[in-house]
Amino acid sequence: MTLHTATLEHADFGHWRAAARRLLAADCPPASVSWQVPGQAADLFGAPVAAESPKGSPRPPHPVPKAFLPLAKAAACIRDDAVWAVLYRVLWRLTHGERELLADSLDNDVLRLRRWASAVRRDVHKMHAFVRFRRSERDGGAQYMAWFEPSHRIVARAAPFFVDRYTNQRWCILTPDRCAHWDGRNLRFTPGMAMADAPQDDMLDELWCTYFASTFNPARLKPGMMRSEMPEKYWKNLPEAKLIGALERNSGARLQTMVAQPGAAPSDNRKRQAQLPQIREALKHTAGD
Amino acid sequence: MNLQSKLAILADAAKYDASCASSAAPKRTSRSGRGVGSTTGMGICHAYAPDGRCISLLKILLTNFCIFECAYCINRNSSNVRRARFSVDEVVDLTLAFYKRNTIEGLFLSSGIIQSPDYTMEQVVAVARRLRVDHDFRGYIHLKTIPDADPDLLKAAGVYADRLSINVELPTAGTLQRLAPEKSMPRIEASMGSLRERITEAKAERRKSRKAPHFSPSGQSTQMIIGADDTSDAQIIDRASSLYRGYKLKRVYYSAFSPIPDASSALPPQQPPLLREHRLYQSDWLVRFYGFSADEIPPPTGMLDLDIDPKLAWALRHREQFPVDLNRAPREQILRVPGLGTRSVSKILRIRRFRRLRSEDITKLRVPVTRVLPFVILADHTPHRARLEPADLRARLAPPPRQPDLFSGT
Repeated sequence: MTLHTATLEHADFGHWRAAARRLLAADCPPASVSWQVPGQAADLFGAPVAAESPKGSPRPPHPVPKAFLPLAKAAACIRDDAVWAVLYRVLWRLTHGERELLADSLDNDVLRLRRWASAVRRDVHKMHAFVRFRRSERDGGAQYMAWFEPSHRIVARAAPFFVDRYTNQRWCILTPDRCAHWDGRNLRFTPGMAMADAPQDDMLDELWCTYFASTFNPARLKPGMMRSEMPEKYWKNLPEAKLIGALERNSGARLQTMVAQPGAAPSDNRKRQAQLPQIREALKHTAGD
Repeated sequence: MNLQSKLAILADAAKYDASCASSAAPKRTSRSGRGVGSTTGMGICHAYAPDGRCISLLKILLTNFCIFECAYCINRNSSNVRRARFSVDEVVDLTLAFYKRNTIEGLFLSSGIIQSPDYTMEQVVAVARRLRVDHDFRGYIHLKTIPDADPDLLKAAGVYADRLSINVELPTAGTLQRLAPEKSMPRIEASMGSLRERITEAKAERRKSRKAPHFSPSGQSTQMIIGADDTSDAQIIDRASSLYRGYKLKRVYYSAFSPIPDASSALPPQQPPLLREHRLYQSDWLVRFYGFSADEIPPPTGMLDLDIDPKLAWALRHREQFPVDLNRAPREQILRVPGLGTRSVSKILRIRRFRRLRSEDITKLRVPVTRVLPFVILADHTPHRARLEPADLRARLAPPPRQPDLFSGT
């Protein structure tokens, strides 16, 4: 029976925490609360991003175990609004006699939170891996821009990594949820954008594709392994992914050629000693040309 | 020759080195620097090739010209492969350009031997020095060291690199002599020994003072080729375990001998099954993380079973040690249960402090339930002794046989 409706202005941890503190202070059991999030569309496109959680909400009557906060913050990024009710139920149980609950990682509620949190961590990791910056000249300097489509609401969580790594270059990462901008001093977030706003190519793409194709070993084709680590949903924003089809198709023929070739006999030492001057000569002409 | 052609040749020439690890470097950011780069301690794979391998580093050779004649190597002197050579600046610029676009964690640089080991090593070190000193590059650097190079050059390499490696190449000194006549196992091992000393020394110095220089802070690794000779799995596992002990290696990589263009007739024309390499890695894990000793993993035949993983194979040979009671047994025993990984074992130990584990918990652990259940006792489950005994247990647990396919990889 629903007695209370908790409406989250934004689907994020700060707004959930404010609501959860009020509900906990009013002693509302989880079964009596219905969690509402306003239309996703408004949240996805153009809603201003709250920098801080709303102030003035009461402190929880009982302290919660330390481990809850990082778990809850990670799980709250999942793009599944079922998370708000589960978070509140776990919070309720932790403060109503089950302080050790989190240690039972196979409890159904804890298990769901942990799975959500690890899906979020994986998504953050994949964003760190698969963002591809394109360089352009803007306002008299180099600007690195990327377009990325995260599965979950992770842009703010993933951005500090890029600050640490690219402190001295100006960059921005555009996504449909929100965009991150670094000007060398400050990290700013703005509302989501469309793919068309991002630059489409970079002269380095071609070199990168050359590297991708050349480092692939056609004698070891394992497309399933590749897909489990680099799921196809990411491919459209990876310049090298357009080569995958041809590399897979041609690998059999390339391997057959290698296996069918008659092996060359190991050359003897004298012959190789004789070749050394030629190699040295060739090296002179190849270095740095 | 243009940069793109060089890259194609020198990446192709480097890809037979299996390592692409970028983990375990000391944590760095570029917040206090003028350059680019960071390491988080965790490796990142920025792409995967259709061979399923992680692409984390720009893995290239400085040059594939080589005066050595190692039969298994695509770059051996007598091979008709196209040759190229990067200048130091080209490698530096390429590394930075890729890094700034977030396609790599750093550089893995190796080289064919040109002129002399010292000359070659000097060039490799020059790339690392320019990246670190001139560009304040804080990403990951892995350098392949050349065993016979001057100790001062090795020392410089370790100051700039996060990891150094020297390949033992083959499991035995005899095969190395036959297939790589210019290399020598004693010299390779002497180099690994001196790297070990320097790494340990630098760690001790840094414990005394944070200002002491790093030396290859994420350690050293090596690689051996599998299937180019008739060494058994038992010998390989034993060899790897003595390398881990003797030189404190971070990793021993296995590389199933792979057909190469213009191969030497000294090699078998067919590649060994990639599954063999996989089983060897699984054994490696059993020794490093599961408390197995090297000599108890391979069966008496000396060759690992390709159909089932080595832990399951061991359990089937030691049925008298099962079933294991997951609610009571010590950690060491639970680690030996087929299908349970180290993480699942830790979860089991944590949960049983509060309640008894039941079979539904095993389902929730997302482990292979049919493989685990015959070997464990739970609050609501005791496997039938009769079902653990018969010879058909293996048949029930092994995957159905597949059509052998030359090109499928596994």
